[in-house]
Amino acid sequence: MSPGSPILAAGGRVDAVALSVLLFFFIMVTIGGFAAARWKRPDTMHSLDEWGLGGRSFGTITTWFLLGGDLYTAYTFVAVPAAMFATGAVSGFFAVPYTIVVYPLIFIFMPRLWSVAHRNGYVTPADFIRGRYDSKALSLAVAVTGILATMPYIALQLVGIQAVLDTLGLGGSGNAFVKDLPLFIAFAVLAAYTYSSGLRAPALIAFVKDTLIYLVIIVAAVYVGVKIGFGPMFHAAEAKMATKTPKGTATGVFIPAANNYWAYSSLALGSALALFMYPHSMTAVLSGSNRNVIRRNAAILPLYSLMLGLLALLGFAAIAAKTKVIGLDGKANAQLAVPHFFQDAFPSWFAGVAFAAIAIGALVPAAIMSIAAANLFTRNVYREFLRPDATPKQEAKVSKVTSLVVKFGALLFVLLLDKQNAINMQLLGGVWILQTFLAIVAGLYTRWFHRWALLAGWAVAMIYGTVAAYQQAPNPAVTKHFGSSLAEFPFSHTKVYIALSAFIDRGAAWPQRARRKRSHQTGGLLLGFTRGHRTGAWHRRWPAGARRDPDLVHIVLL
Amino acid sequence: MPEPSPRRLPTATACAAGAMLAIPVIALLLVASYAKKDPELFGVPFFYWYQFVWVFLAAGCTYSAYVLVSRARRDRAAR
Repeated sequence: MSPGSPILAAGGRVDAVALSVLLFFFIMVTIGGFAAARWKRPDTMHSLDEWGLGGRSFGTITTWFLLGGDLYTAYTFVAVPAAMFATGAVSGFFAVPYTIVVYPLIFIFMPRLWSVAHRNGYVTPADFIRGRYDSKALSLAVAVTGILATMPYIALQLVGIQAVLDTLGLGGSGNAFVKDLPLFIAFAVLAAYTYSSGLRAPALIAFVKDTLIYLVIIVAAVYVGVKIGFGPMFHAAEAKMATKTPKGTATGVFIPAANNYWAYSSLALGSALALFMYPHSMTAVLSGSNRNVIRRNAAILPLYSLMLGLLALLGFAAIAAKTKVIGLDGKANAQLAVPHFFQDAFPSWFAGVAFAAIAIGALVPAAIMSIAAANLFTRNVYREFLRPDATPKQEAKVSKVTSLVVKFGALLFVLLLDKQNAINMQLLGGVWILQTFLAIVAGLYTRWFHRWALLAGWAVAMIYGTVAAYQQAPNPAVTKHFGSSLAEFPFSHTKVYIALSAFIDRGAAWPQRARRKRSHQTGGLLLGFTRGHRTGAWHRRWPAGARRDPDLVHIVLL
Repeated sequence: MPEPSPRRLPTATACAAGAMLAIPVIALLLVASYAKKDPELFGVPFFYWYQFVWVFLAAGCTYSAYVLVSRARRDRAAR
């Protein structure tokens, strides 16, 4: 392939073999998705516990696949190596410490949340807030934040599928309808089996997705080791990152220097704190059958981080292999780095397997995210404000319909707006979702924070984070706004992940001691190893069930 | 001495498990400690292979915390 024919290099014709392999896997997971309704068959599918949480019945292995499939999305597979390809370690490789740091946090906080949710029948994080702080306003704030942060995330899964379709030679030309038809069909099918099978569908498909991903990444790692060699790969990356841009600054970061230590660590920590605040990660956690399922998973999920790290390095491999990233529309697009690398380096049939892994990797999280967003709407908007006496059957119905609306909204978002908008919104979503952290995590341990103080802190941080993200334009020629997720920490010149600085800056708005002073145990409080409160307060009114259970006098959270 | 709560982990166990969970977090957030090129391993700069090693160490740490916590619970249940 000569550099002079970028369009051809990008695969101007449809790759029939790769496409057939992709279609084979797609049909396979479609059948699996519909059949999943029969898996661990419930008496009735007509409740959120069954449709939205898979009957809260998943064991360690299923949860491992489900959480892995949920947290490591197709967009991650495309975007992390793309970031490595384009600008190196700070914007890409931070994903590795990020996904390591997150598991001790999950180990500490999530079993506790699981227990409260299990006892009280909570389905969403906002349910917990509602019960804990007895505040409709705070619960609504958490629910709306969750839905807003999830929507662009679903849209980005479509961007992941688009990168694959583009590489296959689909979607570049023709009118708008023909161009986007494959994407439309994929999403319609996904919507249909999510509607009928609920969380069981992505749980079952996750097995296929992760098997494919592991297979592909192992083969790719061996290929890179043998054909390119690790030394030459890193040398090529180092050389590219050191190259000066026309503006005179370096292209990217090969190894962080002192001026971006904070950027690297705050991105890792901030993303880790945000990750399990996302409604879809909570949905997957709450579907576990007991607390130990979650603890065990915190110990075995890092295997996915290994895979993610290897995938990230494929961005460097693409640099070494001089992969061209010109899309069908003739524009350079770093997100094509990994799909094009596979297309160039491997026979068509194996490239097809890799593309299937990415495409199915998009379907699993998209399904879980739409279920999580739908549950938030049903429980914390519909039931809270529109129809307080909704039956479980009505809740399930509303959730199913909402999940369709959410997916359709995400599809329109990607088809009608510039793709960059989806990326910007996702960046903002990460900033937003972290602002629910204090209310949720502190609420697991104490009622010390006052609900209105939490709400005020949330509002301040949301505004600061949004404005700070909006103002970032490190390269005004490319973007005027949302150019980076890093901003100078207030009153300093250190670049820090905006989500984390917004989280810290709200200091002005919090602590006011709760009116109802409660004793709390300080020893081990932060670690979560003490017993929970012996309080009846958080299920005083909500929900009605389980309240009279004498066991509840000792709500044991861990 | 007051009877410890039946639900509470022994302090020593809680501290040990807490340390197991804190170690990977602290180690990885100290970027200055590993942002360097040498020593390389099979051509991989230190910065990269060190973080890969932590994938395994962190899994081990979290698993130890799990064992500590569940063993303490089992002992307590047996008593």
